[in-house]
Amino acid sequence: MYSEKVMDHFNNPRNVGEIKDADAIGKVGNPVCGDIIKLYLKIKNGRIEDAKFKTFGCGAAVATSSMVTELIKGKTIEEAMKISKDTVAEALDGLPPVKMHCSNLAADALHNAINSYLGKSSEEEPQAETEESKGYLDSVSNDQ
Amino acid sequence: MNKIYLDHAATTPVAPEVFKAMEPYLTQFYGNPSSIYSIAQKAAMAVSEAREKVAALIGADDEREIIFTSGGTEADNLAIKGAAMALQNKGKHIITSKIEHHAVLHTCEYLEKYLGFDITYLDVDDEGFVSPESVAEAIREDTILVTIMMANNEIGTIEPIKEIGEIVEKHDIYFHTDAVQAVGQIPVDVNELKVDLLSLSAHKFNGPKGVGALYIRKGTRIVPQISGGAQERKRRAGTENVPGIVGLGKAAEIAGEKLESKAEEVSRLRDKLIQGIEEKINEVVLNGPRGKDRLPNNVNFCFRYVEGESILLNLDMLGIAASSGSACTSGSLDPSHVLLAIGRPHETAHGSLRLTLGLDNTEEDIDYLLEVLPGIIQKLRDMSPLYEG
Repeated sequence: MYSEKVMDHFNNPRNVGEIKDADAIGKVGNPVCGDIIKLYLKIKNGRIEDAKFKTFGCGAAVATSSMVTELIKGKTIEEAMKISKDTVAEALDGLPPVKMHCSNLAADALHNAINSYLGKSSEEEPQAETEESKGYLDSVSNDQ
Repeated sequence: MNKIYLDHAATTPVAPEVFKAMEPYLTQFYGNPSSIYSIAQKAAMAVSEAREKVAALIGADDEREIIFTSGGTEADNLAIKGAAMALQNKGKHIITSKIEHHAVLHTCEYLEKYLGFDITYLDVDDEGFVSPESVAEAIREDTILVTIMMANNEIGTIEPIKEIGEIVEKHDIYFHTDAVQAVGQIPVDVNELKVDLLSLSAHKFNGPKGVGALYIRKGTRIVPQISGGAQERKRRAGTENVPGIVGLGKAAEIAGEKLESKAEEVSRLRDKLIQGIEEKINEVVLNGPRGKDRLPNNVNFCFRYVEGESILLNLDMLGIAASSGSACTSGSLDPSHVLLAIGRPHETAHGSLRLTLGLDNTEEDIDYLLEVLPGIIQKLRDMSPLYEG
């Protein structure tokens, strides 16, 4: 049901982890569907220097997260903003139709992170990272 | 690579003896049982013998109480819709539970939506038990049918069918049980259980797919749901699936002979598996009860912070076939309705793993699973934003 590329990214996900002093964090999730993605970005001079993720979800959720981190490293913010769900799915040689909607959240997490970064950089004081998700889904936003 | 099949509640391999028994009816005695020449009469006799074997397995008094169907789903549909249509002038209230198989739940919803029936969906407790008292309380003057499964397909809870049967018996109400997961695993006796209608399916106990049966107690009225010829004493039209029915009969015969030894062996492996998982992995929750009220072949755990499909994909890469109640595997956006009904929160329900055992499993299979599973769960937890380590 999954392409070889999806399975490769699922089995050997790239860039799993957190960035402690991340410049931007994008968090999207859908507790009903069961996918939650947290994306960490390190940004310097408008360019994404590093990206890491943590994902709770199915094979497609993990693979799209991994693929997004690969696609955006070294890209400018503007370039990264152009990456869509379709870009991610295409880079993975496609996703099963049922997964396109519910588990293809990595692009949303990316846009969420960049938007919060742009909002943040226009303010005087950098916002502290929002509180870590303690138990379950209390602090997870649902951008769907 | 290892091939370990731990999804026997989904389906089972056809036993070699069953396959052998079926073969002549595909190639040699292919006649239509309604015809009069010898290869047809040979087929008709085989159907009749299979009927006796199925009747014997579930303690039916008369083999004419067995109606062959295309499987468990059709048997459930025939029982529920058939009884509802036969009794609708008497009343339009049906009692069922929240943890039934979709073959029952969606059939009840169909009656609600299209034929104006009123359905009561009973709650279950945190181990999945329907309380007989709740059935008694739900019975009304216009109740015509109670349908409660004998054993749950996901979490293995064996329902108190006999106790519920004693309550229903006091009223003029039909009692149906979906025994698809129970037949061939535990003793099933329609008279002891006091059921009027009982569904079973061949492929859950080493018979072929595409064939099942509905037990209809003598005197129970149902309206046929498939119209056509006079087969199955006018209760289910269509040329009999002779090879399938022969396979069901043979599987029923073997299941009856092996019932005790199989339950003993399989429940030993089940308990080893449950104990092993609880010892080796933290933050796990067993779904369903322990001991004698659990199907001998069922293990179901929730692993917190991880998602079920990811567990299944990892197991599959190691040659292990299993199942989950996560949304991704249920084909909908919601995780299993059974896990939600026993009180698991959504995100916990997404992390469920069902392992169901069969005659082909060995001690080594369990050892191997227990060896690889902790690493898989840890790998996924390390990737999970919900896991604090």
